[in-house]
Amino acid sequence: MSRPLTLAEKVWRDHVVAPGVEKDGQRSPDLLYIDLHLVHEVTSPQAFEGLRLAGRPVRRPDLTIATEDHNTPTLEIDKPIADPVSRKQVDTLRDNAEEFGVRLHSLGDDDQGIVHVVGPQLGLTQPGMTVVCGDSHTSTHGAFGALALGIGTSEVEHVLATQTLPLNPFKTMAITVEGTLKPGVSSKDIILAVIAKIGTGGGQGYVLEYRGSAIEQLSMDARMTICNMSIEAGARAGMIAPDETTFDYVEGRPHAPQGADWDAAVEYWRSLRTDEGAEFDTEVVIDADELEPHVTWGTNPGQGVGLGESVPSPQDFSDSGDRDAAERALRYMDLEPGTPMRDIRVDTVFLGSCTNSRMEDLRAAAELIRGREKDADVRMIVVPGSQKVRLQAEAEGLDQVFKDFGAEWRFAGCSMCLGMNPDQLAEGERCASTSNRNFEGRQGKGGRTHLVSPVVAAATAIRGTLSAPSDVLAAHPA
Amino acid sequence: MEPIIRHTGVGVPLRASNVDTDQIIPAVYLKRITRTGFEDALFSAWRRDPDFVLNQPAYSAGSVLVAGPDFGTGSSREHAVWALKDYGFRVVIAPRFADIFRGNSGKQGLLTAEVEQSEVERLWKELETVPGTEVEVDLESRLVRCGAVEAPFAIDDYTRWRLMEGHDDISLTLTSEQDIVDYEASRAAFKPTTLPART
Ligand code: SF4
Repeated sequence: MSRPLTLAEKVWRDHVVAPGVEKDGQRSPDLLYIDLHLVHEVTSPQAFEGLRLAGRPVRRPDLTIATEDHNTPTLEIDKPIADPVSRKQVDTLRDNAEEFGVRLHSLGDDDQGIVHVVGPQLGLTQPGMTVVCGDSHTSTHGAFGALALGIGTSEVEHVLATQTLPLNPFKTMAITVEGTLKPGVSSKDIILAVIAKIGTGGGQGYVLEYRGSAIEQLSMDARMTICNMSIEAGARAGMIAPDETTFDYVEGRPHAPQGADWDAAVEYWRSLRTDEGAEFDTEVVIDADELEPHVTWGTNPGQGVGLGESVPSPQDFSDSGDRDAAERALRYMDLEPGTPMRDIRVDTVFLGSCTNSRMEDLRAAAELIRGREKDADVRMIVVPGSQKVRLQAEAEGLDQVFKDFGAEWRFAGCSMCLGMNPDQLAEGERCASTSNRNFEGRQGKGGRTHLVSPVVAAATAIRGTLSAPSDVLAAHPA
Repeated sequence: MEPIIRHTGVGVPLRASNVDTDQIIPAVYLKRITRTGFEDALFSAWRRDPDFVLNQPAYSAGSVLVAGPDFGTGSSREHAVWALKDYGFRVVIAPRFADIFRGNSGKQGLLTAEVEQSEVERLWKELETVPGTEVEVDLESRLVRCGAVEAPFAIDDYTRWRLMEGHDDISLTLTSEQDIVDYEASRAAFKPTTLPART
């Protein structure tokens, strides 16, 4: 029998088109087949231009799909995009999709939305696939047991032209999360705790596999949140072995296999579990019972603490690099060491992004704010991850819950996650955000970001300071 | 990609070390949607200085850039390589290159030749003494020649082979076309396609 394999190794093995060749002690990369290529307006123009210059077609338009998300406005979507640079990128994608025969979901279309929300929603993301996109948060799709990689523009062109990528093997890391999450603690808190533990570079060169009883209990939406942020730990990808939860999610979606295909697919998918005795290069263990809501205080996703803790002092860090980074972050964030995290007041709450903008996220936030009042000085923006999510939420009346609360209900897109469209923080504004990056200026020049889960975002909008759902339940009866 | 075995062209002495990608092409040009036409962006801040080397007629048609150590540090933008190529450079000579820049160059067919610092100094002297002097770069023998200077250069075997054959990553992969076709024939029938949607 061959040696036991991890989930990542199995998916890799099943996609090798041509193995690398050993020469002078150096091995050339394996050539891997790509099952699904997701495209958006920002990283694709030069790739299509490259094809045009070389006179090459898109090899498999039927394995390629595009959507508009990064630049698109979330208000007045029927008007032309105001910013000429954004408009040009979107127009270019439309022209390229037309010229090369690629399916595109444009602004206004029911299937438009953030590329990482749209793929799973259509049932295009399935277990055991290789998925790529010119976007680092492609790791989201790993929640299905797919090997999903963010790639650069040259690689986008490579996949468009050949449907393959030359790749060097990765190392594997098991992240085992055992136990049960307390109420008010969510998968966002798991991943923020993982990143705080292993650091923003801890996953470099690795594919992470999240496993253990706490992971198995999570819904697909929650699993996607975790895999989404694998990249924030520096990893190439994150994966979760497919199980009944995964199959139930995929079944019946527009692109899910049907009939005999479905049976064959499920049989294969069931084989995609890390074998007994397979070895990971590194293992990390997290105790789910111990976790509390997690928030960041700094300017990278690893600079986070439990909500019950205080802003750390640079002196708390033994490594001089960490100390300098903390000092710089505290200056940028305008925070005093020792301040309880719960005392930090925010101006804006952003509920959205490919990390936390799916139905479960909106439902959890809506449930908490229903019948409660928003802090008068806080602005809250709710941006569903896709038009389908928006429509579903409206069908459930969630839009009304948000509006009654005083939040803004927007159209789908990346929005304030990166502020390429008009949704930006003003200089010095402080935001509790359900997105994935708290880098300097990420949500707008001079803007200050605290990464939080959807329920922490909702609690914060009610109290005006960073808050846990339990704070609200105790002091703000609905 | 056009193969390069030997290239001869006007050498441009750029007496600077740590030329980062922000100097090679400032961020404002990254919003463009084209892959060509970045020649105006190359060193755009420096080119505002009338004395900058590329503003001197004898060097303006140069195709071999001779720079100081750690050329191409900073961000990973592929645009830096596009700008150099669009301007007309085929070769950059320097004592040391930033890793990502070197990798991107290899992908795009820009030859990065690592030459000892002392030899770079001699090249600079040759090129400054007689502006417009040509530099010959020979991948076969891994030698740079210019006036009285003949110096070896370092480049890894795989990149050298690719450049000499004129393979970009894509054309290289396309030599595995039969493997790709075979793989496609064996792909499971249940794998999804985006076109047309099954209803
Ligand atoms: S929501 Fe944010 S992280 Fe996700 S794809 Fe858009 S910009 Fe990137």
